[in-house]
Amino acid sequence: MSVKERDPLTGHQTTGHEWNGITELNTRVPRAVWFFIIVTHIWALVYWVLMPAWPLVNSYTRGLLGVDQQERVERQVGAANAARADWTTPLATLDAAAIRDDPALMAHVQRTAPALFGDNCAACHGTDAAGGPGFPSLVDDAWLWGGDAETIMETLRVGINSPHPDSRYAQMMAFGQSGILTRPEIRTVVDYVQSLSGLETEADADRLARGATLFEENCASCHGENAMGNQDLGAPDLTDAHWIYGGDDASMFETINAGRQGWMPAWEDRLTVADRMMLTLYVQDLAKEADNAD
Amino acid sequence: MIAQLRTAERQLALILSGLVAFAGLVMAAVGRGDPMGAQGWIVALCAGLVVIFLLRGLDGPEPVEDRATAYYDDPTRVGILISLAWAVVAMSTGVWVASQLAWPDLRFDGAWSSFGRIRPAHTSGVIFGFGGNALIATSFHVMQRTSRARLAGQVSPWFVLFGFNLFCIVAASGYLMGITQSKEYAEPEWYADIWLVIVWVTYFTLYIRTLARRNEPHIYVANWYYMAFILVMAILHIVNNLAIPASFAGAKSYSAFSGVQDAMIQWWYGHNAVAFFLTAGFLGMLYYFLPKRAERPIYSYRLSILSFWGIVFFYIWVGSHHLHYTALPQWVQTLGMTFSIMLLIPSWASAGNALMTLNGAWHKVRDDATLRFMMVAAVFYGLSTFEGSFMAVRAVNSLSHYTDWTVGHVHSGAMGWVAMITFGSIYAVVPLLWRKESMYSWKLVEWHFWLALAGTVIYVFAMWNSGIIQGLMWRTYTDSGTLAYSFTDSLVAMHPYYVARAVGGGLFVAGAVLCAFNVLMTIRRVPDRVPEYDHPTSSEAGEPAVPAGE
Repeated sequence: MSVKERDPLTGHQTTGHEWNGITELNTRVPRAVWFFIIVTHIWALVYWVLMPAWPLVNSYTRGLLGVDQQERVERQVGAANAARADWTTPLATLDAAAIRDDPALMAHVQRTAPALFGDNCAACHGTDAAGGPGFPSLVDDAWLWGGDAETIMETLRVGINSPHPDSRYAQMMAFGQSGILTRPEIRTVVDYVQSLSGLETEADADRLARGATLFEENCASCHGENAMGNQDLGAPDLTDAHWIYGGDDASMFETINAGRQGWMPAWEDRLTVADRMMLTLYVQDLAKEADNAD
Repeated sequence: MIAQLRTAERQLALILSGLVAFAGLVMAAVGRGDPMGAQGWIVALCAGLVVIFLLRGLDGPEPVEDRATAYYDDPTRVGILISLAWAVVAMSTGVWVASQLAWPDLRFDGAWSSFGRIRPAHTSGVIFGFGGNALIATSFHVMQRTSRARLAGQVSPWFVLFGFNLFCIVAASGYLMGITQSKEYAEPEWYADIWLVIVWVTYFTLYIRTLARRNEPHIYVANWYYMAFILVMAILHIVNNLAIPASFAGAKSYSAFSGVQDAMIQWWYGHNAVAFFLTAGFLGMLYYFLPKRAERPIYSYRLSILSFWGIVFFYIWVGSHHLHYTALPQWVQTLGMTFSIMLLIPSWASAGNALMTLNGAWHKVRDDATLRFMMVAAVFYGLSTFEGSFMAVRAVNSLSHYTDWTVGHVHSGAMGWVAMITFGSIYAVVPLLWRKESMYSWKLVEWHFWLALAGTVIYVFAMWNSGIIQGLMWRTYTDSGTLAYSFTDSLVAMHPYYVARAVGGGLFVAGAVLCAFNVLMTIRRVPDRVPEYDHPTSSEAGEPAVPAGE
């Protein structure tokens, strides 16, 4: 149909076709394009020869370099573990006191533990380890199960209310919902417990006395006569200023009414003994720092 | 709209939308108690509105003029407007999603507003709602003009357009209800997938039938790309979505593939959605609107051939570069990586062809923001394709994978390339479609251009920084040979970039709002002008070809 024309600007001919005013020049493909096409194809060919590349019927071309990503990653992980063995082995075998006595080992702990804590513990206990509603603070030196290294190691190993066969179990009963305490009684106990830890309460002496009686009958078996808690049962100290679920009226009513059952995973299958030892030493130090800051 | 249809066509449309409404009611009845039931009500409502609209116009006067003497522009007009509506909604959702990453409380404790639900609403809304409608609308326009033939159907263009949007609405509303098959860019469940197949086959048939009517001996490059887009998307969509519904009364289905095969199929689809939806389709747009606006001939027909076949051949191999260092056998990764490298030159040949076409028209690029949109789109296309090939190299990928660098890369393509070429094309086509003298305000186009460019640059730079910092933090070791940073540390480091990203996205949305306003004001306020030579003609009519540049 239409004739080939010459574009005055470039001097190239059009293809002779026209679509609603659009024409095309018949410019030849620039040499650079061919050059780079050849370069990229040669690069691909070389890569195919060297590396695993093309499928065969039951196998694939393995490449002259004999690289296998699975074998490679296993080798690298093995080498990295071997390189760390000179300090991870003592961490896994010595007791906490002996590790603390070795500044070289403690240097490894201090370098490694923050990221370990950040990746495994911070999701619940917070990046600052200060806990949050439902998750205990680790920087307050108030321990549910005990703060010595051996106990922390065990808590990390088996978890709390976890599926681990040796798991620690702790349960705050639902005194209201199971009909043990009436709602006014719960409120009375709340006032009494708040008075134990020095919180403001409007209750008079008579009410606090009734609260004390109710506490003795219902709560003392776990939290103790003096309400200082019992680390054998994981029952928290109620006389200190630390609250897991909140020390305000509404939170405490909910705690006593509906009960609480916290949960911590067991880390035995997830973290090595050395990892758990590092975390133990790390959280002990966090609690100590907080103590000194007070 | 309806005035252009004859009575028999109106009846056909009525039957079709009635059937869809009925199908919606069946879904609602069968799926009650399941989220699919709610989806059924949405389908019934949408189709019911169309039925009411059709009934109101059913007895109107029939068209008197010979329809074959004019292009069929109504579906294009509606498609452009719907596309702009999706742009504003879905891009705003994107800013919300981005802000949630900087300030998580912006979820407002809703289940429907959680990141995992509104993020696919953003991606699908932008890719399919904004991009898909723009592609359908411009493909109708370009096909008719470059074939000098009217669309081959009267009802089917509407079926394609509204059917596609029904899919988009079902998809987006489903995400908010928690319906997903967890395949990226292919989240909708089995019933939506089946519906899209019906719509898409109709689209392809319509395209082929129109092409068969053409009054030009040759098929223009833009149509190669549009056809590759339609055909390959159909194949990708069908294969990737092969699944067995757990029950025909519920929205849950199970993929026909499992394990690493499923991952491979997903990324074969995922990357070719980028290739054939977000690249081939929009290259079709570029190949028509850029030379048209610049009034310059395409730089090289031979380069067009080379890049077209290079792109369609190489792209289909590269999906496995999304699965480097995974359970996918290494030889598959090698193929994905090497084909990604070989893909680079054909991609750059397209970008270069577009930019070289502007030789002799650079003064227009300076003066005309519409053409500048297209020019910048070609530049970002070149940048993104280089970056993509680069990131497909395993060593680079070991740093970039799973980081925000990937997000930045996608958005340099989506904002810099896809959205820019679409906005440029919209500004070029709107005055023509509504027979107007020009756009309502060239100053607003200029503002939109700079907002879009600034937004894209801020976004992409923020994500490059964030992604590379993330990648480096994840691989930094202490002197003890242990990880120096926890994942949370890297999140804290990313916060300022997340804020910057939300700001960049906000600028981009502001530009899109200006565009929608400008288009609406063009339709309402700008004086009419009937363009010359904008009607189908047979080649025998001997209409003189308008030489380029005149």
